[in-house]
Order: sequence, then C-alpha cells, then structure tokens
Amino acid sequence: MSNHFKAADIPQISATFRFQWEEAQGCHVLLYPEGMVKLNPAAGEILKRCDGINSVDLIIKDLKSAYPDADLDSDVYHFLDTAYDNQWIRHKSA
Amino acid sequence: MTTNGSDTSLPKPLWLLAELTYKCPLQCPYCSNPMDIARYTDELSTEEWIRVFKEARALGAVQLGFSGGEALVRKDLEILIAEAHELGFYTNLLTSGVGMDEARIKAFKEAGLDHIQVSFQASSEELNNYIAGNNSFEHKLEMARLVKKYDYPMVLCFVLHRHNEDQVEQILEMSHALEADYVELATTQYYGWALHNREQLIPSQAQVEAAEAVAHRYQEKYKGKMRIFYVVPDYHEARPKACMNGWGAVFLTIAPDGTALPCHAASELPGLTFPNVRDHSIEWIWNDSNDFNKFRGFGWMKEPCRDCSEKEKDFGGCRCQAYLLTGDATNADPVCSKSPHHEQMVKLVNQANSESKRDTAPLVFRNMRNSKKLTAHKWSTTSKA
Repeated sequence: MSNHFKAADIPQISATFRFQWEEAQGCHVLLYPEGMVKLNPAAGEILKRCDGINSVDLIIKDLKSAYPDADLDSDVYHFLDTAYDNQWIRHKSA
Repeated sequence: MTTNGSDTSLPKPLWLLAELTYKCPLQCPYCSNPMDIARYTDELSTEEWIRVFKEARALGAVQLGFSGGEALVRKDLEILIAEAHELGFYTNLLTSGVGMDEARIKAFKEAGLDHIQVSFQASSEELNNYIAGNNSFEHKLEMARLVKKYDYPMVLCFVLHRHNEDQVEQILEMSHALEADYVELATTQYYGWALHNREQLIPSQAQVEAAEAVAHRYQEKYKGKMRIFYVVPDYHEARPKACMNGWGAVFLTIAPDGTALPCHAASELPGLTFPNVRDHSIEWIWNDSNDFNKFRGFGWMKEPCRDCSEKEKDFGGCRCQAYLLTGDATNADPVCSKSPHHEQMVKLVNQANSESKRDTAPLVFRNMRNSKKLTAHKWSTTSKA
C-alpha cells in the first residue's frame, strides 16, 4: 500500500510549508521560503483533507463520497508517499 | 498594452520584494543596493506600504520579502508583517539579524511571519566581522538559534567571493549545527558596490570549482535534512543566468522611496522612467509601464539572442550586466560564449586566477559616507522621484 502511511495514521501539512488556495493561480499551492508548488486538482483535494485530524482511511472515505466513481485507494496512498518524500506532509505528532 | 512581441499571456508578479529602507548597520562591500543609497531618505510610510501590498496581492503576488538595507530598522515592521499575513502572503524576512532580539522574533511570529533568512558573511568570526564592518558574528549565531526556537523555517544565506570561497565546508557544517532548513550559497553579483569592488571580490576558477565540489558533496551528505542551494558564479560560466526568470515575468521590487523596478539592480539602466507607487497603481506599473515592458518577452532581442535556441531558457541573461559590460542593454549578456563581448569575461577570470593581480586596492565598504562620496555627481542634478 504505502511506504509511509497506514490506514489509521493521521497526516498533516509540515510546519515548513503552508497550504492555501491561490485565486490568481486557480489552484491550491504549497508555499515555502521564497517558493511555491502549484498542485493539480487531485493533489489539492487530498492535501486539503490532511488537516491533522482525519486518518488516512477517513480521508479516503470522504474523497469517495465526493467522487463516488473514482477507485482511488492506491492513488491516495501513492500521492501521500510522494508528498512525504517531498517533506510536504508529516505524521501528526502525538 | 504592448508586450514587445511576446504572445504569452501577461505574467503575474509572484514575488514582491519590499526594500523597506536602505539604512543598514552592516557595510558589506558587495551589497545589492544601489550606490546612491544616501539619496533615498524619503521612505514610504506604513500606509503607503500597506497599499502596495494590497495592490500587488490583488495582481497575484504571493511571496513577499521584507528586505533592505536592514528591514529591522523599520519600527513598523511588526505592523507590516501582520497586514501582509492577513492578505494571504507568504512572508519572508531577509535580515542580517542585527537589530533583532527574542522579543521581536516572538512578536513577528505572533504577527504571522512565515520564514526568516539570516545572512552571514563567513563561517569565522574574524572574516564575518571584517566583511560586515561590525562585531555581529556572535549575535547572528544567537539569532539563528532563536529563529529555530520559535519554529520558523530557517534559511541561512552566505554570499560567496574570493575571501570566503574556501570556507564552504565550514559554512555548511556551521549551518547544519544551527539546524538550518535551507542554505543558500549565493554568489557575488557584480552590480553597484560589488562591481566597484570586483577586482577584490572575484574568486579564481580553482576556488569556484573547489567550492562547487564541496557543495555537491554536502547536498548528498545532508539530503532530506538540509537543502543546499548552490548558485553558480556566472562570470566563470559559458551561458548566462536566467536573470529574474525574465524581465517583468515574476519579480517586482519596490525601493524605499516607492520606485518600482523589475529587479533591484535595474536603477542603473538608462532609458527607464522609474515609475513610483506614489504616482501609479501597481497594476499600471506591472502591466502598462514602459519599464516593465521594455525587455519583456523576446521582441527586443538582437543577434545572437534573437535566433538562439536557448533564448527561452535564459532570456539572453541579464540586461543590467549587458549594459554595464557592453554599453548596450539589448546585447547578449557577455557571460554567454556566443556574445562577441565574451572575451572580456575570460580576461577577468584569468586576471582573478593570477595571484599578482590580487588585492591591488582596498575594499570600499557600503555606507552612507562612501555613497555620498562616490555618487556626488548625481547629487548636483535633480533629485530622484
């Protein structure tokens, strides 16, 4: 499934990044010192739910209710690994 | 609106650099501020800066750098940070650390400051203090520790030149010990003060190659822990830097008196009108002013740039460098080996390689006294803005 996350893990945006909607870009972005990552719609929808409250299985459940036709379990786990490797997200600290 | 032949849609000023003041307790002889800093006494007010932030944000600006001079000199910095944060900017404080203390670091955090970049002049106290022109090294170390204590992402910035180029290993070990998240190994850019001091600052080819090798080794060593940005010194290269990612493409600099510039060195170029935020909106300055359209796109280019397959990669290099070294801002940046003026760059680096040419004159430090002395000719004409 994932190298970094299990269903019960709670991901959250790293302290060194800020996640927000940018109207002028028409997309969600991650901001960091003197830089910006523009996110595609799927990445934005996942990261929006990485709020330090919801576990991965709840995030997937919520995404499925918003996008009922998508088979997205493996996509979500895959993206969370990518986001982790880029240091965008971390496990919520206890 | 003209775009000088570019058919791409109009870019947005993603990066707003607010040069709040040119006052600075440091005297670095490679300072990126213009040499006539002493003339910028009429600084924008708190309210004027806030209007600039609002207008730039509405145009799509998202990164805001508080810079100078030394931004900490401005007593209203906490207010400006809070306003910028409220507007949704990612706020960066670019500072020497001189003028900061724990109370201010805490107040900035409460105001919503996202990131602090602390500049050092070297990894040794002696050289740091010599280049900075004051005894700031110990204080900077203390400030770097406090920046981490208050959970800011921290960038440490070192401008490299002949005198500290051999310290890269010590610089990176020191940065790691201070828990830096990012280290910027910047290179001296030869405009203004640095151009004046070029003979004393330019490193040899051997120094540059050794520094680059150390930087690459440490990028591997601290992978995932500390990101190291190594800026290649363009004088020693055969292709120019993609200066500012293109003219009027991403960067908007506002000088302390409200002058808007496509880059912080552009005030040296002839033929610009220097629109001021006191007279014009940011929208007009960015979209419609002569200055911001002058080298936008590719229509202004001459050969060898015009038909060059790499023009979309480096935009012909730097307009200021082309003007300062060839006398014509529409020429190719002479760093490029395709430029008919490239030979002079080779000569400059060869001179730097030759020990006998070294240290022929003392460094001229960046301060108001030297500014007045060196730009006296400008003072007799009409005042700026």
